[in-house]
Amino acid sequence: MNKNRPEKVYFFGTCLIDMSYPEAGMAGIRLIQREGVKVIFPPDQSCCGQPAYNSGFPEEAKAVARKQIEIFNKDYPIVVPSGSCAGMMKHHYPKLFENDPDIKRVRAFSSRIYELTEFLVHVLKIKLADKGEPVTAAWHSSCHAAREMKVIEDSKSLIRQLKNVRLKELENEHQCCGFGGTFSIKHPDISSAMVKDKIEDIKNTGASIVLSGDCGCLMNITGAMDYHKISIKGQHIAQFIWERINGE
Amino acid sequence: MNDNTRTRIFARLESAVQHGSFNISEPGKPEIPDLDKKQKIDLLKKNMEAVRTQVHVVEKEKWIDILKNIIKDKNINSLVYGPGTEIGTVLEQSLGEYREKLIKYDRDIEDFKSIIFESDAGITTTLGAAADTGALILWPDEKEPRLISLVPSIHIAVLKAENIYAGFSQAVEKQRWAEKMPTNALLISGPSKTADIELTLAFGVHGPKELIVLVLD
Amino acid sequence: MENKKFNFKENTAQALLDSRLRKNLKFAMGAMIQKRRAVFSNAQELEKLRVLGNSIRRRALSKLPELLEKLENKCTENGIIVHWAETTNQACEIVLEIMQKHKADKLVKGKSMVSEEMHLNKFLEQHGIEAIETDLGEFIIQLAGETPSHIIVPAIHKNKDEISKLFHEKIPGTPYTEEVEELNAIARKTLRKMFYEGHVGLSGVNMAAAETGTLCLVENEGNGRMCTTVPPVHIAVMGLEKVVEKLEDIPPLIRLLTGSATGQLITTYVNMITSPRKAGEKDGPKEIHLVILDNGRSKILADPQLRQTLQCIRCGTCLNHCPVYTRIGGHAYGFVYPGPIGKILTPQMEGLEKAGAMTTASSLCNACEEVCPVKIPIPELIRRLRNESYDLNGTVQGHGYKKHFMETAAWKAWELVNRIPALNAASTKMAGLFGHMLPKAGPLKEWTHTRTKPVFAQKSLHETVKEQGVAHE
Repeated sequence: MNKNRPEKVYFFGTCLIDMSYPEAGMAGIRLIQREGVKVIFPPDQSCCGQPAYNSGFPEEAKAVARKQIEIFNKDYPIVVPSGSCAGMMKHHYPKLFENDPDIKRVRAFSSRIYELTEFLVHVLKIKLADKGEPVTAAWHSSCHAAREMKVIEDSKSLIRQLKNVRLKELENEHQCCGFGGTFSIKHPDISSAMVKDKIEDIKNTGASIVLSGDCGCLMNITGAMDYHKISIKGQHIAQFIWERINGE
Repeated sequence: MNDNTRTRIFARLESAVQHGSFNISEPGKPEIPDLDKKQKIDLLKKNMEAVRTQVHVVEKEKWIDILKNIIKDKNINSLVYGPGTEIGTVLEQSLGEYREKLIKYDRDIEDFKSIIFESDAGITTTLGAAADTGALILWPDEKEPRLISLVPSIHIAVLKAENIYAGFSQAVEKQRWAEKMPTNALLISGPSKTADIELTLAFGVHGPKELIVLVLD
Repeated sequence: MENKKFNFKENTAQALLDSRLRKNLKFAMGAMIQKRRAVFSNAQELEKLRVLGNSIRRRALSKLPELLEKLENKCTENGIIVHWAETTNQACEIVLEIMQKHKADKLVKGKSMVSEEMHLNKFLEQHGIEAIETDLGEFIIQLAGETPSHIIVPAIHKNKDEISKLFHEKIPGTPYTEEVEELNAIARKTLRKMFYEGHVGLSGVNMAAAETGTLCLVENEGNGRMCTTVPPVHIAVMGLEKVVEKLEDIPPLIRLLTGSATGQLITTYVNMITSPRKAGEKDGPKEIHLVILDNGRSKILADPQLRQTLQCIRCGTCLNHCPVYTRIGGHAYGFVYPGPIGKILTPQMEGLEKAGAMTTASSLCNACEEVCPVKIPIPELIRRLRNESYDLNGTVQGHGYKKHFMETAAWKAWELVNRIPALNAASTKMAGLFGHMLPKAGPLKEWTHTRTKPVFAQKSLHETVKEQGVAHE
C-alpha cells in the first residue's frame, strides 16, 4: 500500500450508493476534501461488475470492468466507500483479466484501489473530533471488507476516535448478514434466516444505530429491521462520521 | 480386477496432469521447537492430561511399584501383556503378589479373543511419544500384539522419557520410519472418546475407558 | 443418482421450517468453531501450516498417476490387494465379491464418506449382506434410517432426546435413558458383540503415503481400529485423490485435519496400516484389500482451476463455518457431500444439470476459503461453476444447462447499462423517479417477504456531485 499523501484522488461511488445512498457517498467525498485532498468524480463511472461476476457472467462483468479501468485512467489513488466493491476491483479484476493483453494495466489499476476507511486511516491519518451526543453504535463487518480488504480494524479505529460513541461489537461479528447480492434474491428464505439472526445480534447490543462500510449489507439489515419494526437506525460509516464531526 | 478399468483411469490421469500448471511451491517444514527432556515431558504430560490421560512421571526403578498401586486402586483382576518384551520379563519377575493377574498374549487372536475381550487391562511398551500433540507412539509386533492397547478397559503404557520427541514429524524423521514401516503403527493420545451426541464428550465408547502412562525418567 | 426429483429450493424451505434442526445446528457449529479457534490460536503458525498443507496436496495431485502407481506397487509388495474402480457401482461389486469369497454376511464398518458416496450399505443389503455402522454418529443415523448430515459429525442434526428415543425403540431390551454416558455404554455393548463375532471389517482412508504404501486413519472412538484389527479381512475404500507422496507429508496434514475437523491437537488414534498380519504376529487381518475409486475424480483433475477441489482432506470445517449450512443442515443439499465443499464437488461428480442448483446457495462470504486447511478457493470455484451453468463452451458435465434462462438476457442488459454512461444515467434517474412505485413482484417479491423495499434516492450520487461542484476532470 502506497501511504504517500496524494494531491488528488479518484472517488468510485459504487452503483448502490449512487442509487440509494448518495449521502453516504457525499460524506466520503467530504471527509477526503476536509484533509485538503482534491476529489475527482469521473461522471461516466458505473458499477464494479461484481453482480455479474458473482452470478456466473464473467464476460459481462469484464466489459463493465474494462469501462471503469478506462475511465479511471490517471495515476491517482481510487477510493471506494465499500469493502465489497473495493475487493472486487483490487483482488478480482486481476483474475478476471488474467489472460487478457491488458493485464498489466489492470494490475496497475487494482494496486490503486483503497477502501475508504483504510484510506482515511493509513494515508490521510485523519483525526476526528466528536461533536455529537453520546450514543451506542453497533458495528457490522461486511464479509468482503473483513476477508478481502481486511480493513475492519481501520473502520473501527475511526469510530473509536469519536469520544461520545460507545462501540459495541456483535456476537458472530464475522458471519454474513445474508445479503450476498443476487443470493438474497435467489435464496430469499435462507438469506432471511441469516439476516434475522443478524438483527437479533444487533438488538442484543442495545445500540440505537448500526454502522457498516457496505451499503449492500445495510440495505439488507435495515430492510429486515424495518419489516420487523425494530427501531434501530442503520448508517454508512462515512455519513455517521461526517455528521458527528460537524455536529449535525 | 478388471485391467481395462485400471488402464482407463491411468490414461485419464496421465492426460489430466499435462493440463496447465499445478503452481507448486515448496515451503519449509514447520520449525522444530528446541526442547530439553524436562520440557518435553512437561509438554507431553500437559497435552495428554488435557484429553484425560493419566500421566505418572516415575523413577526408572520404581515403575513397578506404581503399577502395583494402580492394579490395587483400579481393582484390576486381569492384565494382558506381551511375553518376551522388555517389560514382559520385568512384569513376570517383579510383580510379586499380583503376578497371578498377568495374562500372556501368546497365541493367535482366533484363540485369544474370548480372553482378551473379558480382560480388565492391558499393558504395553511404547516406541516413543510426540510432545507437541501429546501422543504415544506404538509399533505393535509379534511379541506385543495390537489389541492389547485397544480391547481391555484400561490401557497402561510404559514410556521412556528419552524417547519423547518434540513432535510427530521429528519421530518419523529421526526414527527413519519411511525405511521400515511396521504392519501397524499407532499414535494414541488418550482413552477412547466420542462427542457424537450433542458434542458431549464421553469416554470409552469402543476402546479403553482409561489410558495410564508411566513415564520412566 | 439418489434423489431423482432433487429440488434444492424445496429442501431448503423445509429445512428452514425445522426450528429444532436450526437450534441443534447453531449450537453445534458454534461450539466447533470455538474449538478450532482454540487449537489454532497462533495465527502465524496456522498460516504457515496451511501453506505447507496446500503445497503437499498440490504436489501430490501434480504427480497423481505416478504416486498411485507407487502406492499400488508398495501395497502389493506389502501384501495388500489393490483394486481399481471407475464407478461407485464397480466399487460396490468389488466389496461384494470379497464378502462372497469369504462367505461373510456381515460387514462391520468404520466411518467412511467414500462408502457413503458408493451407497454401499444399500447395495449390500440388496445382496443379503448386513452392513453395520460402528462409529457412534453413523450408528445413530443408521438406526434412524438416515444418511449423514455432516461429513465429520454425521448425527449432528439430532439432539439427545431424539437419540434417546431412537435407542429405546430400535435396540431390543434398551431402557429409555437421556444420559449420554449410558447411551454410549449401550452402543459399546451392542457393537462389541459385532466386533467380537468377526465378519469382515471396512474402513475409509484419510490419507495414504505412496512412499511406503501406508494407509492412515484418524479417529477418536476406537471403532476404526476394531474394524481394521479384529476381523480376519479388512477392506479399505479410498478416493484416488487421497494419496500423498511421502510419509513425512502425513504429520502436518494430520495436524491440519484434526485441528480443523474437531479442534483437536490430534485424535485419540492415528492408525497407520502398512500390511496384513505377518508371520508370527498374533492379530490383525490376514487379508487387506484396498479399493481405489475414481468416480469422476480423474476428470476433475484435468481442469487447472477446478482440480483444486481435489486438494480437500474432508475435515468438514467449511461446513461448520458456512452461514448457509448452519441454517439448512446437510440433508437439504440432497447429496452425500453437503456444505461448501459439497457445492463444488457434487456438481462436478454428478453433473451441473443434476446438482448445479446448489452452487447458487452461497452468499460468497468467503468464510469457507478463510478456514480451509489446504486453501481451496471455494468461492472462486463456485463462481466458475455458476459460469459453467450458462456456458455452452464449458467443460464440466451439464455445462450450459441454464443458457436459455431469462437471466442471460438480463445480464446482457445490465452490461449495456453499466458500460454506456448515457444508459446508466437514464436508468439511475428512472430508479430515483419511479423506484418507489416498483411493484412487489419479480425479484422484489421474494426480497420483501421479510424486508421492506429498498429505497431509491430522489437524486443520485452522480447528480449530487455535479450540483455540489465535485471535480470531474
